[in-house]
Amino acid sequence: MTPISHGADWDFDLLERYDSAIAQVAAEHGLDTYPNQIEIITSEQMLDAYATSGLPVGYPHWSYGKEFIRNEQAYRRGMQGLAYEIVINSSPCIAYLMEENTMATQALVIAHACYGHNSFFKGNQLFRQWTSADAILDYLVFARGFVMECEERHGAAAVEEVIDASHALMQHGVDRYRRPAALSLRAEATRLAEREAHRERQFNDLWRTVPESPAAAAKGTKACFPAEPQENILYFVEKYSPKLEPWQRELVRIVRKLAQYFYPQAQTKLMNEGWATFWHYTIVNRLHEQRLVDDGFMLEFLKSHTNVAAQPAFDSPAYSGLNPYALGFALFADLRRICERPDAEDREWFPQLAGSEWRATLDFAMRNFKDESFIAQYLSPRLMREFHLFAIADEAAEDTLRVDSIHDERGYRRVRKLLAQQYAQENRVPDVQVVRYDRDGDRSLTLRHLRRRGRPLTEAAAEVVAHLRRLWGFGVRLETWENDAHVGDVVECPA
Amino acid sequence: MHHVIDRRPNSRGKSAVNRERFLRRYKAQIHDAVKKMVGERRLADMERGGEVRVPRKDISEPSFGFARGGDREFVLPGNREYVAGDRIPRPEGAGGRGGGGAGEGGGDDEFVFSLSREEFMQIFFDDLELPNLARTEMGRTERRRSVRAGFTKAGVPANLAVIRTLKQSLARRIALGGGLAREAEELEAAFALAVAAGRADRAAELYAELERLERRRRGLPFLDEPDLRYRNRVWRPEPIARAVMFCLMDVSASMDEDKKDLAKRFFTLLYLFLTRKYGEVDLVFIRHTDDAEEVDEDTFFHDTRSGGTVVCSALELADKVRSERYAHGWNVYAAQASDGDAFGADPARSARFLRERILPAMRYYTYLELAAPDTQDRSSTLWVEYERVAESSGNFAMRHATGREQIYPVFRDLFRKETQ
Repeated sequence: MTPISHGADWDFDLLERYDSAIAQVAAEHGLDTYPNQIEIITSEQMLDAYATSGLPVGYPHWSYGKEFIRNEQAYRRGMQGLAYEIVINSSPCIAYLMEENTMATQALVIAHACYGHNSFFKGNQLFRQWTSADAILDYLVFARGFVMECEERHGAAAVEEVIDASHALMQHGVDRYRRPAALSLRAEATRLAEREAHRERQFNDLWRTVPESPAAAAKGTKACFPAEPQENILYFVEKYSPKLEPWQRELVRIVRKLAQYFYPQAQTKLMNEGWATFWHYTIVNRLHEQRLVDDGFMLEFLKSHTNVAAQPAFDSPAYSGLNPYALGFALFADLRRICERPDAEDREWFPQLAGSEWRATLDFAMRNFKDESFIAQYLSPRLMREFHLFAIADEAAEDTLRVDSIHDERGYRRVRKLLAQQYAQENRVPDVQVVRYDRDGDRSLTLRHLRRRGRPLTEAAAEVVAHLRRLWGFGVRLETWENDAHVGDVVECPA
Repeated sequence: MHHVIDRRPNSRGKSAVNRERFLRRYKAQIHDAVKKMVGERRLADMERGGEVRVPRKDISEPSFGFARGGDREFVLPGNREYVAGDRIPRPEGAGGRGGGGAGEGGGDDEFVFSLSREEFMQIFFDDLELPNLARTEMGRTERRRSVRAGFTKAGVPANLAVIRTLKQSLARRIALGGGLAREAEELEAAFALAVAAGRADRAAELYAELERLERRRRGLPFLDEPDLRYRNRVWRPEPIARAVMFCLMDVSASMDEDKKDLAKRFFTLLYLFLTRKYGEVDLVFIRHTDDAEEVDEDTFFHDTRSGGTVVCSALELADKVRSERYAHGWNVYAAQASDGDAFGADPARSARFLRERILPAMRYYTYLELAAPDTQDRSSTLWVEYERVAESSGNFAMRHATGREQIYPVFRDLFRKETQ
């Protein structure tokens, strides 16, 4: 076959032809995607998109302005380049491509975003569970309209106060576990009747005569509300805040919904980027095999690809954490290798994977994991050696850092476990929960920070509590507990 | 299935509203920054935008996060020499090489961003107001502008609003013709029935009726007199959008370079301020020693001359220029800068001339007395005389200034928005 095009220039016709060639290869590999919508934008529009985390519609808020100014400044001074693309988890899946990209880059980006990310959005369980891709755009339009209407009615300052406070608690506004779906009225009635019947069958008058212990009786009279600690603070505020007006509750809800929408993205960054990088690499190589792209295209592609998927060492000036593109790509590529060309070590570590069908194995991995579990499940010793991964222990009691384990026989499992933990939610966001709402007393709210291994909260915690106080309307206090004991200072914001 | 859409022509100012919110929220900090900038700036740069620094802690968005301390492990790539159990001294400064996903961004403690020229000026002149603006706006109405004002039923053919007229005609035809059409339909049905039933006489009667209806329907004119609509325009008086600013400066020997620089700063501010309020601002530069002359801007600020001081000569010249060139349809402002070193009868004469001839024609007259920073005695003879004028006139204001940093505050003071 002859190459689709030569040279760096692109036009809309070429985009379509590359897109259909890529779609064909993606279909060969069984990638299941939402329909694609490719939008070409300028660098200014890209900066706009940056400010709102890529969302095409957003409610007005100063923090987005700050984000915009920050990015614009960095970009104008050449301190920061712009991404080639932004892709949105929606149906149709919207991908923004920069007009400055060359043809090769556009093709790379189409493969990366429109087939890689897109299939991940559609397949991964976290996204399936927590986001509804076909509804998000409509919801954003509603949210924007609602916020602007509130501003008109109640003044921008009042709206800003609620949104500021909600933003401060955004990380604590997500449901991490599925709530059972609300039962229909009839199902509820049936269930009640069943329980009643069960109780009647179990009834034995003898139990009534058993004396109760006085301690239990005392405990029973003073019921704690909520009965169980609640980790979704924004949800709790929305439902129970004694003072919020209905429109304020709706604002809190909007922020909470957004937080929930972004929650899977933070949990799967490594996998998501790895998956997309793996597929753009695989797809473009396949195009090259079919001679649909020429060697010049391939050279440019490889340059971009290696730039994206490079991992500088920890002591290099370019180091800024583990690169999710690099590690993610390596994980998926290594997984394919384990399936196709396993060696003795792989057979020992991954007996169930070695020699299996690689597409099915990768598909399973993409669908059923998040970063934390993905690493715990699939990081191979070979990859740890390739990345020269090692773990450092930073203990408060010690003057020096200790090398905990390295990429050797004794350390593989430990390094893998520690790296997986590094991606766990509890190591990114402190565990703060609502433990008490004094409904019958002064209506104060008590939060509990469950501290682990002595890691304290930043000083900003006091400001967050002050924000929460604004939403709650009565006193708020934050206690710190570790190992079932009260420790540390109490941050208090009286009514 | 797959779409490619070109979004480039779409508007690009999507973030403008958020940016503006940000500026509004940090107004106080930005104000301070602008004030500082003005003090440091050279005159030529006065109008440019500028960089504003806001302390980062003031604009942070708080959230619960982990601070340093406690026990933790983190995994890093690129090990070369370490083996398990090695001890490494803690690196100086911020937390553990940013490893462990702590992700602390650069240690910059100031948030820097630039203001556009427009924004800069907005803040620069925020809550300043030109005095006596109310009178200016509707005072004289020599200028009138023709503006659109809906439609009328009468007018000249050239102003016929075709679309509006056709809409009217359509509405009329529907209103008058609808009933006829319905009636015709019924008759037709009855006619068909009569034909089918073979009742020829009834059919003929109905047919005649139908024909009559059809004639009536055709009789409806396509366009009728009541349909006609004409575009209407009215003349509306317009506020005068022109202003002239007289700059009067004493260039006698006692006015040294420093004082001239102060004067120039003041004039520049006034000029910038006026250009924001009026579409068109004329400048008249008058300098004076013993006698006054009108000069161009460059000469005004840079050419040196020396001599005595006769303030009255400048006032007389200003009055002459005004009555010759700016007698009607202008908002007249004047600013005078001098060190007040006038002798003899001049101060008293000047004050009288000012009160009687100049001020009645002025929107606002400001007098700035410049003194060397170490001067203690501030009451020059001119100042004393002018003070009496100030007591009796509402459109006259005077201030002292000794140093550069005072110019902007003095200016703000002079043009402060009156709180109602």
